[in-house]
Amino acid sequence: MCLAIPGEVLSVEEGLAMVDVGGVEQEARLDTLTEEVKEGDYLLIHTGFAIQKLPPEEAEETLKVFDELIEENMKLEEEGEI
Amino acid sequence: MKFKFKDKERARQLVGVIEDYVPDRGIKIVHVCGTHEVTITNNGLRSLLPQEIDIREGPGCPVCVTPTRDLDAAVKIAREGAIVTAFGDMMNVPGTDYSLNDLKSEGADVRLVYSASDAVEIARSTQEEVVFLGVGFETTAPMTAAVLAEDPPDNFSIIPSNKLIPPAMASLMELPKNNVDGFIAPGHVSTIIGCQPYEPIAEKYEVPIVVGGFEPLDILYSIALIVKGISTGSPTVENGYPRAVNYGGNPRSQKLIEDVFEVDSGLWRGIGRIPASGLALRDEYKSHDALVKFDVDPEEGEDVLPNCLCPQVLTARATPDQCGLFGEACTPDHPYGPCMVGEEAMCNIWFKYGGRPQL
Repeated sequence: MCLAIPGEVLSVEEGLAMVDVGGVEQEARLDTLTEEVKEGDYLLIHTGFAIQKLPPEEAEETLKVFDELIEENMKLEEEGEI
Repeated sequence: MKFKFKDKERARQLVGVIEDYVPDRGIKIVHVCGTHEVTITNNGLRSLLPQEIDIREGPGCPVCVTPTRDLDAAVKIAREGAIVTAFGDMMNVPGTDYSLNDLKSEGADVRLVYSASDAVEIARSTQEEVVFLGVGFETTAPMTAAVLAEDPPDNFSIIPSNKLIPPAMASLMELPKNNVDGFIAPGHVSTIIGCQPYEPIAEKYEVPIVVGGFEPLDILYSIALIVKGISTGSPTVENGYPRAVNYGGNPRSQKLIEDVFEVDSGLWRGIGRIPASGLALRDEYKSHDALVKFDVDPEEGEDVLPNCLCPQVLTARATPDQCGLFGEACTPDHPYGPCMVGEEAMCNIWFKYGGRPQL
C-alpha cells in the first residue's frame, strides 16, 4: 500500500495536476504537497495525491551517494582499516 | 534511469561493504513496510547477503494490522445499507466472521476505491450514506485528512483506522527478547514525516535506523549503513532515500494530519493496544466519524485466531515457515490469518516463493 509512483506533470489546473505515469495519464491532487508545481516537474503520487516533488537530478545524486560509500570502503580496505 | 538502480556491479560492491562490516554474531534487521518486503523477496536480496543477516518484516502491512473491530464495523455498516468504500487489499480481509467481499456477494453496496477523493465523489453523486474505511499509515492519512478538510458532503463519513509507524517500532523494542539490531524505515511514510521522528528510537534503544527506498540498490545501501552503524557502535538515523525524502518530511501533509486528527492509542491486530499510535478525528470533524454516526459498537473482535502465528510474524519474532498452518491450512486462496491476505504481508509474499525466499 506504500507504493508511490513517479510521474511527469503534463499540465496543472487549480490544485490538480495531469501526470504521465509510465505512459498513462492520471490526475493527482496537489493539496498534500508543500512546493509549487509546474509542467515538466516530476511528482511522487500515492492514492491519487502528490506527496513529493522529485528533482530529476536527485536520482543522479543518490547513485553518487552509493558510490561514495563504496569508494570510502575500498580506501579503508586498502589502508587495512577493515 | 530506472535500471541504474538495479545494476549488478553496484549491487555486488554494496554487498562487499556489507560483508566487511557484518559482525560474526547473527544480526536481525527489521523493516516495517510491505513494499520493502516485496522488493527484498522479489529480487532475492536475502540470497546475496551473508547468512549472519536475518531480515524480517515488522508491523508494516496496513492490511494485517487493521483490527477486526474496524472491519466488523465496516461490515455492520454495509449491512445497514450504506455504501462502504475501501482500498482493494482490504476487501478480502476476514473480520470476526465476514470480509467486505462476503458482504458484497450478499448484495451489500461495497465498492473498491483507489483514493479517498473517489469515495467523496461517490458521496457527492448520491443521497445514500457513503463510508470510507480509512486504513494505512502516515502515507495515506494526509489524503483522508485532505478530503475532510474541504468540507465534504454530510453523507460522507470515515472509519478512522490510520496508524503511526514510529510508536510501532518503539513497541517492538519493548518486547522481551526482540533481538532487533537495526531498522530500515519505510520510504514513503518518511516522505511525509521526515527522519526526525525516528531519532528518539535510535537513541533510546541504540539501534541504527536508515530510511530506505524501494529499488534493490536502495535496500542494499540501507543495509550497508545499518551494518556499519552496528559494527562501529553508532546508532544514528540516516536518510538512505534522499531523492524522495527530506529531513523535515512534507510539512503540508503533516499540517493536514495535525488539523484533522489527534493522536490516540491505536489497536493493532495481533499486537494489541499501542499508546499514541492511532489517529482519532478531532471534535470539529466528529460529524464525519462513521463509528459515531452509525452508533456501531463492534465488540472487540477475535484478533488472534487459534494456532495462528501472525502475532509473532507481525512483530518479527517468527517467520511464516515456522507457522504450522502456513501453506496448508492457510494460503492466499483460503487465508486464515491476516498476514496471508495482504499482498504486502510476509506470509503472502513468502508463500509465492515457496516459503524459502532465501533462494
